[in-house]
Parts: sequence; structure tokens; C-alpha cells
Amino acid sequence: MSVNVRLDQLPFHTPARVTAVHWQALTPAEARRLRNLGLDEGVTVEALHGGPIGRDPLAVRIGRMTVAIRRAHAETISVDAAP
Amino acid sequence: MSSYPLIAVVGNPNAGKSALFNMLTGARQKVGNYPGVTVERKSGRLSLLDGRPVELVDLPGAYSLDASSPDEEVTRDVVLGKQQGERLPDALLLVVDATNLDNHLRFALQIIELGLPTVVALNMVDLAARDGLTIDAATLERELGVPVIETVAVRRRGIDEVKEALSTAIGAARRIRGSGDEDFVTLQRRARAIAAAAILAEKPTRRWTGRLDAIVLHPLLGPVIFAAIMFVMFQAVFAWATPPADFIDARFGDVQAFVLAELPDGLIRSMIVDGVIKGVGAVVVFLPQILILFFFILLLESTGYMVRAAFLMDRLMARVGLSGHAFIPLLSSFACAVPGIMATRTIEDPKHRLTTILIAPLMTCSARLPVYAIIIGAFIPARSVGYGVGLQGLVLFGLYVTGIAGALAAALVLRSTVARGTHQGFMLEMPKYQMPHVRDIILGLWQRALIFLKRAGTIILVSTIVLWALLSFPQPKPGESALDSSIAGKLASGLEVVMRPIGFNHEISLALIPAMAAREVAVSALATAYSIQEDDEARADLSLTSQLRGRWSLPTALAFLAWFVFAPQCLSTVAVTRRETNGWRWPGFMLAYLFTLAYIAAGATFWLATFAGL
Repeated sequence: MSVNVRLDQLPFHTPARVTAVHWQALTPAEARRLRNLGLDEGVTVEALHGGPIGRDPLAVRIGRMTVAIRRAHAETISVDAAP
Repeated sequence: MSSYPLIAVVGNPNAGKSALFNMLTGARQKVGNYPGVTVERKSGRLSLLDGRPVELVDLPGAYSLDASSPDEEVTRDVVLGKQQGERLPDALLLVVDATNLDNHLRFALQIIELGLPTVVALNMVDLAARDGLTIDAATLERELGVPVIETVAVRRRGIDEVKEALSTAIGAARRIRGSGDEDFVTLQRRARAIAAAAILAEKPTRRWTGRLDAIVLHPLLGPVIFAAIMFVMFQAVFAWATPPADFIDARFGDVQAFVLAELPDGLIRSMIVDGVIKGVGAVVVFLPQILILFFFILLLESTGYMVRAAFLMDRLMARVGLSGHAFIPLLSSFACAVPGIMATRTIEDPKHRLTTILIAPLMTCSARLPVYAIIIGAFIPARSVGYGVGLQGLVLFGLYVTGIAGALAAALVLRSTVARGTHQGFMLEMPKYQMPHVRDIILGLWQRALIFLKRAGTIILVSTIVLWALLSFPQPKPGESALDSSIAGKLASGLEVVMRPIGFNHEISLALIPAMAAREVAVSALATAYSIQEDDEARADLSLTSQLRGRWSLPTALAFLAWFVFAPQCLSTVAVTRRETNGWRWPGFMLAYLFTLAYIAAGATFWLATFAGL
């Protein structure tokens, strides 16, 4: 069973698999940077921490790396949170 | 040095490249610049096991050859043999973080593809073991087709093996095969497949970094810890520096006593005592404070806390149109705006970067410390306000806060006027926490101390001697004050007309002129001015502190502090801004808006303090 949500809606400490990234919603520079930080369809992500104001930005584990991104960018990432 | 074989150290950011570089080269390092760009070139010498010398160059960390910043461009151009001022390396030492294979192997594949003889250092294998990862280096070696050596840079593990592999590599043929533009996604997936094959076992362990982050990034605890670290840092700058500063002061006193005893009275003695010893001494005495500040910044950077601070600050920075990216250059600017402005190169958005450059000089840099320290020491009583907090430290903290508030307000205005643009996001790798390594920190401090002393020996020495000459000539006629008759005195009289309304006296106007070169010169200029002006031998020996106490009112002293919160009195900052923004337009703008702010702030402080009856 698959549970499709956006990364910004994913509860903390729930590993999920990236199903789609809406690359076209990002600027080319942003897309390149996210790819450099290891984001890709199929990798495992997990929201670890949120910033002090509005839980923004998010600290997200992408593969083996932890990356800080804003919620606005997390919205472009669809994940499958099936257990 | 240039005739030795050249080995370039390449790798992702946070791969432990610099620690490995430091371990291989020791303290024999040269820090320079690549021609035409402000990217630092760090090189050092290494003796291979058979005694052959080679030159090692530490290239900026990069995620890929598809460069998105000037730093990454240098790395790309060096490995492609296209960098001006650098020859094609004979071999590459590619540093890969064992705990982050999936990501680092992508860049590694791109580099190996180029065809230069390459040795891979599989670094931080101890941390990988701690994370429960078992990695098979032999599999990696087979998949990558180049030697792979397990290293723990900070513990010297694998250093001899790296040297041995490099000896073999520099003999091999080099030819550029690839161009590094293979499809990104393909590379990334290949990297992940190799990583999966090389990782034999992965035990889930509770990781240190995760546990620490749960506290450090906690929505409530995090900001409290951050504020506490900042406060301790700035209190320490004052509290720890006193004994070594007193020691340095006493040594300059010894030298002065020696010169006074050995040389006959005259112009030469006056130049040495009033110009060189008083002037340079007044600045060198602040070396301990500057080193303590750099110590904290190096510590925050090497432990990985700096990025967490950027994370905590991102939302706040977003309010003024910036992001957490701007935080790291801005915090570095507390040590010095020049490396701070250079560090803005990691900000990809041009308007965002420009704003950060323009507000960087508002961060209280170490060159302001001599100025703040002497005025606070003279006018603010050294008493406690309770809870172990000193009043002097509190005033200093207030000056830092004023600078930060000014910077945030300026950013807000700039982002809606001259640097208007879309809001850039915040995307940043958060590296693992690491124990700081004494050796790397000492090396970093040593390099900072050398840079500071070199400045004291050149810019500051030259400007104090020039100032001494301007102050001493023409020699006064009988009955005339030495200061008023001198060239400098006449220049200052002109400036004083403008400065008088904000509470600045003749000597301040005078000190501000040479302080255009560097802020800390203001202190040596005041020291020189009061020393020359004093006819009475007995009073000439008074310290600058007592001179100031006797001659300045409290409102003037406070206005002087307020002036230096804003005034862009630093030629190096202007020069680096011109270089980084390609022209005179933005440094000109920076000078204009910051001097205007300085004038308003000093004036407001002076008149408020006067009306308050201080």
C-alpha cells in the first residue's frame, strides 16, 4: 500500500521514498543544487528537525546525508511513506 | 617549488580534505590567490617515502565539475589544466568521505573519468565504523579502477600508504580523456550502485549527530544554546585576553625604555618611540583578542555547529530578504569582513549575495576591537552588573548587537531598493559533528596571527610613520602647539568643521584620516597624537587610557564608539568589494551609505548622551 504525501507534510522521523520531484517548479540553479545534495527519484528521505519559527526550514536526511531545505522547496517533492 | 611534481587534493565539501592536506604537509604551507579571482590557493610541500619532494595544492571543495560558484570553477579548471597560473597536476588525491559514499562517489566518478593518475583516500573510516558501516575497499578499488586507501586523516592513519600510492601515480601517464560532462543522473545512479556493492554491512546505530541535533536544533533549546554560545564567545574575548595583552604591553614598554636610554633625544628617537613603538604597540597588544575570536570561529566551523547556527537563523534572515546562507559569511565577518565577503561566493543568487556583501562591514570585525577596547577600558567602569556579567562586556555586547541590528535593517532596505529580487531558498548540507582537532585549529590561528602581524608590520607601521611625519612637520615655532602647526593638524582642522557637530574633537578628526586605511590605526594614531602633543615629559608617559580619560567627555567617547559601529574605514574591505562586484559602483555605494549611517549614529549618540547629562 502506498501513502503519497509531499515532503513538507511528512511527519518527522518517518522514512519515505521519493516518488517524484517537480523539477520544473524549481529554478535551474535550485534543481542543480538539490541534485548535488543527493535528491533523486527513488532515494530515501526523512524529515529530522524543523527550524524554531514555523518549523521552517527542515533538516531532511537524503540518503546518508542531512540537508537543510525550506518548506517551500519540500513542497515540490512527492514521497511514498508506506511502512 | 614549481619544478616539483604537482598533486591536487580534490573532493566534496566536508570530505575532510583540509585535515588530510594539513596532515600531509604539516605547517609548511603557503596561502596565496589564483590570479584574477579571489579564490585562495593553499599549497604545501610533501616528501614522499623515498624523499622525493612534491607540491600539494588543496583545491576548493566541489560537488561536481558542473561548477556553480567561482570556487568550483577553480577546481574544475585546475583538474582540466585550464586554470591560469596553475599547471596541469601530475596526479590527483581524491578524498571521499566513507560515511557518505553515495554522494561523494558521484564526483569521484567524474574526476576519475578525466584520466589523470588518481589515488582515492577513503577518509573517515573510523566514523563509518562508528555509524555501523562496513566498507570493502577492494570492491571500491575494482569498481573505480584506481587505488583506494583507507585513511583517518586526523589520526595519521593511512598517511604512509597514501604517500606510497602517490609515488606510483606521479610516474604514470596523464592524458585528459573525458571532459566531465557525462549525464548527471546516470552518474548519480552509478555512484549509488557502487556504494551499495561496497557497503558490506550496515548496522543501524543511534548516531551521535542525530542525538546532538535533537538538542541543538530543538525549537526552544536551540536558540537558547545559540545565544549562550555567542555570549560566552564575546565575553571570553575580553576576559581571557587580559593577561597576554598585559604581557605584550609590558614588552613594548621594555623596548621603549631601552630606546629612550640608548638613543639621544631628537627626531630619530621621536620617530621610533612616538611613531613605531607607540603606534604599532597599541595595535599588536590586541593580538590575543583577535586570536580568541578566530579560535571560536574556527571551533564553530570545524565542529559543524556553524551550519546549525545558519539553520536556526534562516527564518529570521528570511524576514529581511536573506537566508541562512548569508549567516556563515556574516559570522566570519565578525573576525574580518574580507574573508567574510569572499565567503559570500557560496551564495548563488546575485542580488542576495550583493546584499550580504554590502552589510558584511556592519558585523563588528576584529579590527574594531582595539578601538572598542581602549574606549570601553577608559570610560566604562569595570564593575559587575550581577550574575558574573561585567559591565564592560555588556557594553561590548551592545555594540555587536547594534551592528547586527543595523545590518538587518540595511538588508531590508537594500532588498526592496537597489538589490530587489526574488527570494532565494536555503539549501545546505549539514555535515556530521566532529571533534575539533587541535592541530588544524592551531594551524588556522597561526595563519591568522601571521596575517595580522604582517598588517601591523606594513599598513599599520607605514601609516603610523606617515602620520608621525605629518604630525611632526613643520616643527612648531616657540609658543605654538606642536599639533596645531603640523600638516596633519591643519588637515584635521578642516575635517573638524564637519565632525564638531557630532561631538568629535581635533584629535579624533586627526585619527580618522589615517584610520581610513584600517580601523585599528585610529588607536595608534590617537596614541601618537597625544604622545607628540605632550610637552611635559612626565605626562607623556601617561598611558593612552589616562590621556583619553583626561581629555574626552563621556558623550564624545560614546559617539566615537557609535561611529565605528558603522564607518567603513578599511581599505581592504573596499578593495575586496571592488574585486567581488567587478567595479567601483558598489564599493562607492557602500562607502556612501555607511559613512552617512556612521555620522547619524554618532551625532544621535552624542546629543542623546549630552541631554541625558552623562
